[in-house]
Amino acid sequence: MARALHRLSPFNVTALALGLAFLYLPIVILVIYSFNASRLVTVWGGWSTRWYGEFFNDRAMLEAAWMSLKVGVASATAATLLGTLAAVALSRGGAFRGRTLFSGMLYAPLVMPEVITGLSLLLLFVGLNAERGFFTVAIAHTTLTMCFVTSVVQSRLGTLDRSLEEAAMDLGCDPLRAFAAVTLPLILPSVAAGWMLAFTLSLDDLVIASFTTGPGSATLPIRIYSEVRLGVKPEINAICTMIIGTIALVIVSASLASKLSGVRGETAAPL
Amino acid sequence: MSARRIFGRPAGLAALAPYLWMLLFFLVPFGFVVKISLSQVAIAQPPYTPVFDLSAGWPALRAAFEALSLENFRLLVTDSLYVLSYLRSIVVALVSTALLVALGYPVAYGMARLPRRWQATAMMLVIVPFWTSFLIRIYAWINILQHDGLLNQTLLALHIIPQPLVWLSTDSAMYLGIVYSYLPFMILPLYATLAKIDPALLEAAGDLGASRTQTFWLITFPLSLPGVGAGVVLCFIPIVGEFVIPDLLAGSDNMMIGQTLWLEFFINKDWPLASAAAVMLLMLLLAPLLIYQRLQRREL
Repeated sequence: MARALHRLSPFNVTALALGLAFLYLPIVILVIYSFNASRLVTVWGGWSTRWYGEFFNDRAMLEAAWMSLKVGVASATAATLLGTLAAVALSRGGAFRGRTLFSGMLYAPLVMPEVITGLSLLLLFVGLNAERGFFTVAIAHTTLTMCFVTSVVQSRLGTLDRSLEEAAMDLGCDPLRAFAAVTLPLILPSVAAGWMLAFTLSLDDLVIASFTTGPGSATLPIRIYSEVRLGVKPEINAICTMIIGTIALVIVSASLASKLSGVRGETAAPL
Repeated sequence: MSARRIFGRPAGLAALAPYLWMLLFFLVPFGFVVKISLSQVAIAQPPYTPVFDLSAGWPALRAAFEALSLENFRLLVTDSLYVLSYLRSIVVALVSTALLVALGYPVAYGMARLPRRWQATAMMLVIVPFWTSFLIRIYAWINILQHDGLLNQTLLALHIIPQPLVWLSTDSAMYLGIVYSYLPFMILPLYATLAKIDPALLEAAGDLGASRTQTFWLITFPLSLPGVGAGVVLCFIPIVGEFVIPDLLAGSDNMMIGQTLWLEFFINKDWPLASAAAVMLLMLLLAPLLIYQRLQRREL
């Protein structure tokens, strides 16, 4: 009798199934239509991969994709370095001066409307007379994605057994050695997960990149956005499917990596 | 907040680089926004007359302060175009957040009741769309909602509607897009609190004669309120400033403040007015942002 209270009811199952279907159906439809042979997006003309070919002949699109990849790798790497340092400071550094302001600044970009972050960074770059392009977008994306890395790494540090680090220190390691020899290997899977999350977020960002980029260095979302505004095109379906495929590959390898490194119970959960 | 010092000073020093980075690229830029929101638009590159130049010394600074202009803010609070877009942003954010709670709660509740070994998988399934591109997910809906899209085709084939309906460029499409994009942000904090509820409490309620519904409303729901709060703040703040979804899915006659800011900046090239709009948006979000910071600190 009492057990029935926390068993699944038909209502629970329905809600769960409908919720997941709602999340996935549009993406599945998009992928299917990317293989549509017909030029009219909505008329099914049989299976074809011609729109994938179109993409590889579209120079502007290819250049934008290359730009996005460069920005993604650069900003994810910088964000992972800085974000991991921040996570270590927050969970192992005790109460240092300005800690509240630090964590406040660090986590604000997570919810801050992108138009505000984008505009303010642009005005900074203009004020500093910086030439806008690859570097400004990479800096902007580092600022945006750092908090996601910190969040992932910090939650791992929180579950870590502190006595391991304390033992290393008791055995004569200085803090730096203890960190390098004990902490770092243990948090490495979440550092990697943080990098991948930062990379996919950078690959995805439209608003902040639009503000901080300069002429001639559009990223992939900026190109896609300007095409989408003109209407649905089969080629865009193909590009979107390839982006989804890339991201799926990243996620699968991330979860495989964390399985292989023997960390159980820790998925690459970003939130 | 268990911030025990393990590495002591060196760990504090680790904060230095990210600290300076965030100061320079997050906090200082707001100073620039405020500064430019007080200046006048000019036909130049960059398109505004600088308000003050620190290198010009104290007299110049004083003269500049006297010339500060609140003109942009006066325009924002008197012109109905801007006032309406602020109001619309708030209404859209409130309605969407309510829809998100209504839809996200049953899903999170279902997840929390799954057998424990399936819960991690369910959580992964909710997170994965969050990793896939935001723009692509909105674009996927355009595919479905357009005039000869899948939705109209299906409804026509089933003889539910006699002729195609207009879905795109409507407020319903925009709400659909917002709910779709932000659903994971609502489900995850809800699930996190729901999963933490001690099943013994539910059993006790059952033993004392409460029905399933009573147990839910008397035990589960009140205990899940912190999760509801976190989800609401996490969704409300970015939705108020949302640009892409209303731009691609809603009609162009009513704009949200994010769109107005974008328009002033990219189309009208009125940087001072765009900055003033950003300052106003920030003031509007100050209270929710402070709540968010408190939640964030409690979780650390």
